[in-house]
Amino acid sequence: MVPITTFHYLVTAAALFVLGIIGVLTRRNVVIILMSIELILNAVNLNLVAFSRLYGLHGQVFAIFVITDAAAEAAVGLGILIAFFRNKETVNVDEVDLLKW
Amino acid sequence: MLDYITSYLKSTSTPGQAGNYFWATVYILIIFGGVSVAVMAMNWLERKALAHFQIRLGPMRVGPHGLLQPIADAVKLLTKEDIIPDGADKMVFWIAPLIILCAAFTTYIVIPFGPTHAVTDLNIGILFMLGVSSLSVLGVVMAGWASNSHYPLIGGLRSSAQMVSYEVAMGMAVVSAVLMTSLHGLGLYGVAANGSGMGTGTLSMISIVQAQYDQQAWFIFKFFPLGFLAFGLFAIAMVAETNRAPFDLPEAESELTAGFHTEYSGLRWSLFMLGEYAAMIAVSSIAVTLWLGGWMRPFPHWLAGGTWDLVFSLFPGFTFLALAGFAFLGVIRMPKHPLFKIQTIGLAGFGAVLGLIGLILFIPPVRDRIQDIYWFAAKVAMFMYLYIWYRATFPRYRFDQLMKLGWKVMLPLGIGVLILTAVLGVIL
Amino acid sequence: MTPVATPFFFYFLSALAVLSGIVVITRRNPVHSALSLIVTLLSLAGLYLMLYAPFVAGVQIILYAGGIMVLFLFVIMLVSIERAQREYQFNKQWIVGICATAVLGVLLVLGYSEGKAIFPAIPAAMPENTNTQEIAIFLYGNYLLPFEVASLLLLVAIVGAVVMAKKRI
Repeated sequence: MVPITTFHYLVTAAALFVLGIIGVLTRRNVVIILMSIELILNAVNLNLVAFSRLYGLHGQVFAIFVITDAAAEAAVGLGILIAFFRNKETVNVDEVDLLKW
Repeated sequence: MLDYITSYLKSTSTPGQAGNYFWATVYILIIFGGVSVAVMAMNWLERKALAHFQIRLGPMRVGPHGLLQPIADAVKLLTKEDIIPDGADKMVFWIAPLIILCAAFTTYIVIPFGPTHAVTDLNIGILFMLGVSSLSVLGVVMAGWASNSHYPLIGGLRSSAQMVSYEVAMGMAVVSAVLMTSLHGLGLYGVAANGSGMGTGTLSMISIVQAQYDQQAWFIFKFFPLGFLAFGLFAIAMVAETNRAPFDLPEAESELTAGFHTEYSGLRWSLFMLGEYAAMIAVSSIAVTLWLGGWMRPFPHWLAGGTWDLVFSLFPGFTFLALAGFAFLGVIRMPKHPLFKIQTIGLAGFGAVLGLIGLILFIPPVRDRIQDIYWFAAKVAMFMYLYIWYRATFPRYRFDQLMKLGWKVMLPLGIGVLILTAVLGVIL
Repeated sequence: MTPVATPFFFYFLSALAVLSGIVVITRRNPVHSALSLIVTLLSLAGLYLMLYAPFVAGVQIILYAGGIMVLFLFVIMLVSIERAQREYQFNKQWIVGICATAVLGVLLVLGYSEGKAIFPAIPAAMPENTNTQEIAIFLYGNYLLPFEVASLLLLVAIVGAVVMAKKRI
């Protein structure tokens, strides 16, 4: 078996990143889009922690900050979603096409 | 192979750290068995103790003094029909109890029953326990939603909101205990006598108990009353975290028809119950490890020396002999009627088994090894009895009172205790 | 620790993560997507443990799997309507999206494989049993300002979420 190097972790992170972007670009449900954004952030985290194995602990500290910011962003995004849902009764991003209703 | 097995026995660290997979598996199997037996015993104790609090007798028929009642309950639950509500999401309905069960049992990896008697000693021990026990919130939410019925949904949402709120208060209390591990307790600014500077705190469970040993004080007595306040905060928050009385509005029968596990029957309900009791034992173990000195016997420094060690090492044997004595007392008080012959013989046999275990615990090699586990188990058993006592004594909190208590009383108190502990730790 | 089990766990965990990621973006029911996102997060926590980062793994389990996903599940239960689940789930430009993303993915992997010669061969010395203490030294030393700014950011996020989600004041 080929020993597991940083390259393997980076490829996994790239795969998750690509899946997240596909989710954001192709789905119509707002909640799924927000979850795909979380997938993207997790892929970035995996990248950071994989590199921190080579270059010291800075990557892990930055990964903690990314997780914290992801929490804040998820909270605000879901708040927007709830406010939007209350007005339009739909979770479809294709129907968010007016600036004022 | 045999060498691999026996080489661990002379090591001074946990199997996980020593990399010994065989002994780690043995420990895990012992934990599974032990927790299952403890849950059954807890079930029996709860029904008997609640009954005696309410001046009635509890189960008396199934075995002598109802000792076989948990087994009868288990058989009944296993043979019940498995009903899935119409329109319920089958996969989520099936997974929800498994998540609660797995989250409750995974926390047992880091619980230290002794200085080398844990499955492993993670660097992030207490953080791991808090994190994995917060995964059970997901199981509760999913159980409530997957039942496709309003009482479980409301019960599930209320229960998970309560668990999340009290997790914050628990976290504050835990952090103030972890802060205390970094003190030397000697001189200004924590400078030790040999000038080694501020101590290093630690999140690992075994090191927390070790720090209590080095500082010669259980953390509950440190910076009095701060240690006591943090312990009280954790003790109340852990009761709310496991959805037990007086915080059991989401699952009480007279309020919401059993809340999020209304639609679960038979084996699935027993998985919920198993997960709940296992979580209770796990959070009690956190409280014992962080504040009550873990596996340390009382007064290890004040009453030190060979004779005091001998005196305290006789406690396990005497405990089991006392339990056997209670069993024989029950035998004497059994009615002398031919229909009670089997029960009398059964209880006498049970008493004999307990007495035998007590006598085995007097043998010197066993006596030395069993010390740590005994003291840890005794303290956790005290917490279990406290849980039952709370259930019998306190009226239930209404949900808005519960949330108000969690956010407006416990969280500010927790933050205050944390700040004062940090300030005192630097000054003193 | 012992390198014998590492390839097995790595392939298992990363296959689990990628498969759950595929399930996240293709399910009709948002609750199923949320559940497989939880599986992804937990397998990523396992990968962090293999990369000698236990503290980040612990933070991931507590915050992401135990906090953010509970938030997601709550909101899904509040806004989940049956009509949205019966509609067509993918929008009109799905082919363009997948093609562009595939190109991006190929670009990333090509970049890594060309550039992996400059990675240091020996990993940095990171003892596993003092990881928390080392991270604490960094967080409260070099990175104190970002730490405080992150707490301010969380405060802003709390206030913002409450303001946006409540009804008429």
